[in-house]
Amino acid sequence: MCAWSAVHSESVPPSRREALQWLGAVLLGCSLGTRVQAQAATGDEAAFLAGTLSQVLQILGATPAADGTHLTLSVPGFVENGAIVPVEVTSHLPGPQSIYIIAESNPFPLVAQVSIPDGTEPYLATRIKVAQSCNLYAVVNAGGRTYTAVAATKVSIGGCGA
Amino acid sequence: MPDPIRIRALLKGDITDVHVLMPHPMETGLRQDDAGQFVAAHFITEVQIQVAGRVVLKATLGRGVSADPLLHFRLRGVAAGERISVAWVDTRGERRSDESAIQAA
Repeated sequence: MCAWSAVHSESVPPSRREALQWLGAVLLGCSLGTRVQAQAATGDEAAFLAGTLSQVLQILGATPAADGTHLTLSVPGFVENGAIVPVEVTSHLPGPQSIYIIAESNPFPLVAQVSIPDGTEPYLATRIKVAQSCNLYAVVNAGGRTYTAVAATKVSIGGCGA
Repeated sequence: MPDPIRIRALLKGDITDVHVLMPHPMETGLRQDDAGQFVAAHFITEVQIQVAGRVVLKATLGRGVSADPLLHFRLRGVAAGERISVAWVDTRGERRSDESAIQAA
């Protein structure tokens, strides 16, 4: 079900309210994002405050195109509750250094980053909030290069209220 | 004081499978309560995990991580009986750390 179609329907006012609340949260998120970012942050710190996917990828030096089969991102194709979306990143790339998890539709798309020292497998599973159905991205720094994996998920109740 | 961190580290062959669950509300700062007021942001930002004093994982979390963050990862080169410790700090400067022993499966 699309929240936007509900805005034009008189028969389901709760959905309209939800859609407006969601819109408000996103707009607030965007304005917060740009304001905090103006105070100048560097590297990963800036990436966590970036308000759009393209800003995050630019800061990380990554591209949105998935490359290769050495990096996999597993997410459920459909989740009922966007507040708890399991994600799993597995890398077979040599020289892994860090893993980033990104949700395109979130007000702050970069969700988490882990550093991988020697002796730790390039694998991470966690649970994230996803605002609405969108693409999720995993970015891995390995051997001085940046790699991207993409997976789409559909969310029936967005994770904004959690 | 936040609830204790739950740590499960199981050694199977060469690989130690680690699950860490950190009870925490992970408020985004974007959620409104029933009265329409925004709930202040309050989320874990840094997590550091050590085995026998050596850092094996450092995580930076954003507000998009689900409440009660779960981290599942895998280690090589650790032995059953070694101590694994987990420490986090959140946006209010609150801290919590707990430790456990690596179990043989």
